Amino acid sequence: MTYIMRQLNKVMLVMFAAMFAAMLAANSAQAALKIDITQGNIEPLAIALVPFDGAEIPQGSQSSQGQASAIGQDIVQLVQSNLERSGLFRAVERRSFIQTDLRANVRPRFGDWRIINAQALVSGQTKQMPDGSLIVSFRLWDVFAQERMAGWQYSTTPENWRDIGHLISDAIYERLTGESGYFYSRIVYVDESGPKDDRKKRLAIMDQDGYNPQLITSGKTLSLTPRFSPNSQEITYLSYAEDKPRVYLLNIETGQQEVVGDFPGMTFAPRFSPDGQKIIMSLERNGNSNIYTLDLRTRVTKRLTSTLAIDTAPCYAPDGARIVFESDRAGRQQLYVMEANGRNVERISFGLGRYATPVWSPRGDLIAFTKQYKGRFLIGVMRPDGSGERILTEGYHNEGPAWSPNGRVLSFFRESKGEKGGPKLWTVDVTGYNERPLSTPGFASDPAWSPLIK
Amino acid sequence: MSFQALKNMAVMVSMSVVLVACVNSGTSYTSRASKEGTVKELVRNVGDRVFFSTDSSTLNATARGALQKQAEWLKSNNVRLKIEGNADERGTRDYNLALGARRANAVRDYIVSLGVSPSRLRTISYGKERPVSLCAAERCWSKNRRAVSVAR
Repeated sequence: MTYIMRQLNKVMLVMFAAMFAAMLAANSAQAALKIDITQGNIEPLAIALVPFDGAEIPQGSQSSQGQASAIGQDIVQLVQSNLERSGLFRAVERRSFIQTDLRANVRPRFGDWRIINAQALVSGQTKQMPDGSLIVSFRLWDVFAQERMAGWQYSTTPENWRDIGHLISDAIYERLTGESGYFYSRIVYVDESGPKDDRKKRLAIMDQDGYNPQLITSGKTLSLTPRFSPNSQEITYLSYAEDKPRVYLLNIETGQQEVVGDFPGMTFAPRFSPDGQKIIMSLERNGNSNIYTLDLRTRVTKRLTSTLAIDTAPCYAPDGARIVFESDRAGRQQLYVMEANGRNVERISFGLGRYATPVWSPRGDLIAFTKQYKGRFLIGVMRPDGSGERILTEGYHNEGPAWSPNGRVLSFFRESKGEKGGPKLWTVDVTGYNERPLSTPGFASDPAWSPLIK
Repeated sequence: MSFQALKNMAVMVSMSVVLVACVNSGTSYTSRASKEGTVKELVRNVGDRVFFSTDSSTLNATARGALQKQAEWLKSNNVRLKIEGNADERGTRDYNLALGARRANAVRDYIVSLGVSPSRLRTISYGKERPVSLCAAERCWSKNRRAVSVAR
């Protein structure tokens, strides 16, 4: 669990927000630059990212200044990749910059940036301190309004520069879209290796952009469908340990795990409740699958559905009041919503084909699903009342959408055909216009996104 | 390795086990030899698997016939069965786990109805996680929609 320890020890991230807070508040009311990300296929906002300057170091050596400068370059590159991956931003070519001497602590010559059609501008500085710590500051400017929109300073150790890059990316995204970001987050998934008829499936965690992948279970037992707890400290998943498919709870800090509940049959399709106090899952008994909750404190189990159908893939609404799930009670898999106590079940999917793996957006406004239609597997979204269905991607096999913490992007897996085929992770935004592969070391499936890291 | 080679190996292995059993004339060896024989016998002579149509856990006439043979065989062989339910890859993960469980239980219930004690039968679902036939076509998917009986 060295990875986890690193995460824990990480980042005693100190943010000196106060510096700019007053200015921010003053500017926010009149800030003109804003992206409306609810519109499909928008024109990306042109943002110029100036290489961070490695500043003079008090009593520092030449070499550490070089290192700070190199880290500054890396951070800018990471911020650019994050912003461009979102599909909402376009980085202005560095070659076209007119002002090439912009330092972090000075006001830009806005005319120089306007003329190359940069709408937003980011400058910054990395500073290595004598104690080895790294101070990173950045500023976001509105080129046309000629105003500073945001500015933050972070202190960390140099190894954690990627985290700083993700925090800066979130700050820029939040300031320009008015929505919370999603870059400083992780994805847990199933790492798949070996031939298709003898595939090892292990849990792995990586940063949201595919960096730092780490295996967290061994290849000895089949592991499937991992999901984060709301505080990101635990994962619930399906393990075939002892040749019994059962839901487990894995603490990613300590590596300790336990079976969730003592049930006679197979337990599967687990997820946490939004308050983290319960696990909701399917229990199979004599071939019949129904939905149950288990209270993690009291260990009380509660049965929520009682049908002869396959009732599975339950997922809470973010307020915990309702649950969406799939059932074949009407003949084929369809989506249903019920109250958290199991009452007032209503079918919400009525389109052609079959609907599965519903996931409620953390914003509450949409439910994402896998749809099978005419032998194809599609990823789509609909409102919780079933209206407004939109298909975001389709193909031979797409499955298992998972929401980004801000509810604007979905990760899912796409499987290629045949003996040599296998699943890979992808992301698509809710407009469906920005679909991208998410790189993993090998085949990967069942992605689940963590909340934003605090 | 060819099927013939495998078969030869299996014959050699069982022969050597029998040989050891004769030399030692110990009961533990003979029981092991007969057990190994029965596990292979189930696969080779009785038939260890039945197949299903898409989304279905209904046992067709062919499947029922195969399970009748399994039930007869179970009556003369003191073994337990692990019944493994499987699905093809053309479904979602959770659903296929549930579907595999339905299939394994359909097999179990039918064997029990033929007079075999349920205490000798255990079911498990592997969903779509254990394909044996790998092409992206119905001829492969139909081989994966199966329940396999494993003698223990």
